[in-house]
Amino acid sequence: MKKRSLGGSIAAAPHVVWSIMFIVAPLLFVIYYAFTTSDGTLTFENISALSMYQDIFITSVEMSVIATFCCFLIAYPLAYFMARASERKKRVYMVLLMLPMWTNLLIRTYSMMAILDDGGFLNTLLLTLDMAPVHIIGTKGAVIFGMVYDFFPYMTLPIYTVISKIDNRLIEASYDLGCNNLQMITRVILPLSKSGIISGITMVFVPSISTFYISQKLGGGTFELIGDTIERQFQTPTTYNIGAAISLVMMILILISLAIMNRFSDAETSGRIG
Amino acid sequence: MKYISKIYVALVFMILYIPILVLMLFSFNATSNTGAFNGFSLYWYRELFRSPEVFDALKNSLILAISASCIATVIGTAAAVGIVKMKNRVFRSSLTAVTNVPMMNPDIVTGISMMLLFVAIGTFIGLSDKLSFWTLLISHVTFCLPYVILSVLPRVKAMDKSLPEAAMDLGCTPVRSFFKVELPVIMPGIITGLIMAFTMSLDDFVISYFTSGNDFQTLPLLIYSMTKKEVKPDIYALSTLMIIAITILLLLSNFSGSKDEIDRKRHQRMIRKAEKKSAVHTQNTGKES
Repeated sequence: MKKRSLGGSIAAAPHVVWSIMFIVAPLLFVIYYAFTTSDGTLTFENISALSMYQDIFITSVEMSVIATFCCFLIAYPLAYFMARASERKKRVYMVLLMLPMWTNLLIRTYSMMAILDDGGFLNTLLLTLDMAPVHIIGTKGAVIFGMVYDFFPYMTLPIYTVISKIDNRLIEASYDLGCNNLQMITRVILPLSKSGIISGITMVFVPSISTFYISQKLGGGTFELIGDTIERQFQTPTTYNIGAAISLVMMILILISLAIMNRFSDAETSGRIG
Repeated sequence: MKYISKIYVALVFMILYIPILVLMLFSFNATSNTGAFNGFSLYWYRELFRSPEVFDALKNSLILAISASCIATVIGTAAAVGIVKMKNRVFRSSLTAVTNVPMMNPDIVTGISMMLLFVAIGTFIGLSDKLSFWTLLISHVTFCLPYVILSVLPRVKAMDKSLPEAAMDLGCTPVRSFFKVELPVIMPGIITGLIMAFTMSLDDFVISYFTSGNDFQTLPLLIYSMTKKEVKPDIYALSTLMIIAITILLLLSNFSGSKDEIDRKRHQRMIRKAEKKSAVHTQNTGKES
């Protein structure tokens, strides 16, 4: 019996080795680079130099929080309506929602740029309608809009899954006990879909705060987010160290906010993200 | 309420699809104008098919996605089977936590962390090209692994433990019982994991951006370098083709959803049969002793 259980868990050995080599070791390298100079001596300079990037950090957090909140506002009603639709419609909606999610992010961002660009579709349309053209690319609003457009399906999907699983009898019971439509949503649906909301927030916030393609394309190179800064530092080997320091701080920030959010959700409803 | 919900859903999907549809429309534009439509033409598609870069990138993407997803599926399935059998709780939970790291971490951090490792190892060994197909493959296997484990693990957990026991009582070796009894039961999870890993690998840009060398360009990397230059509708044409391919795949997988249903039923039948057999077997052995 003992021999067999050992024989079973040995199957995980390749994965254990792989994880140590390619998940743990790389992270140790990030920490190592963050605390050394380019010739390998120990230093705290990289971390203290981060005050230079304070504004970028604040802008990134601000923009991704706004984008996440907008995603929630758009995705929640959508998920709710989708979950309450008939089975046949649900299938159609799912395909419609999945298609953009399967389309490469670069293409989706690029298509958004093609519309919003100064000489793009929207402005041509406005001109033919005798209206003043608008300058959108290069503003913060454009980047936030891009984040919302790219990531709100990732908010919709987990919320939809949770709401579809809610027992219909609970909704009926709340009506029987005198709830109106609004109370039913705030007192029954919303609390029960908390775990979906939390994984939705994670799935939008993490890619938003670390993006560099969206800000490059829709920001028009006028301002930088954390992702852009990290990407720039890793273009030349001499700035790897400062880049590693920025990445480390961002990673810790994200881990702290994830931990706080998981605290928020009840122990039994909190599922793994994914 | 009914009307509000219909209008809302229609509106959101419309906004979601307008940019994609505009992009598809302008891929057929006769001029390189991206603001106004000047007549239908297949010029940009001809232009696209003339460049060997696109076919190379497509071929590279497929080679990478197939090899990464197969390796990740083998390692991940073995890991899921092993994790369930682990007795040491602390070790098991820390392994699951580490496994989930690439899923929780922003892609850019996963990308740069692996790049730092590869560059360090490459310098240590003394390679001239520190980043290559192999580093790209390793990074893809790494970020695919958690998804494979995530889809196989519930199947392994839900499996009736008496099935492999019955197989071994009937004289199977543990390895034979794994291939004959356990593997067919967890197969749907493995296939889901394989497909997920394949699509994740095919779609990845950020991690590939940091871990690929100059000699191996995937489709997302090609799109990135194309969009760095001036706006030309050949990217629209390429995107349109990719979106059409995805649509076909998505519709196919939706149809095969019903086939999956049949498979599941067949598995359930098999399980029930095996259960009956094992019940009969324990009864018999009970009588004998």
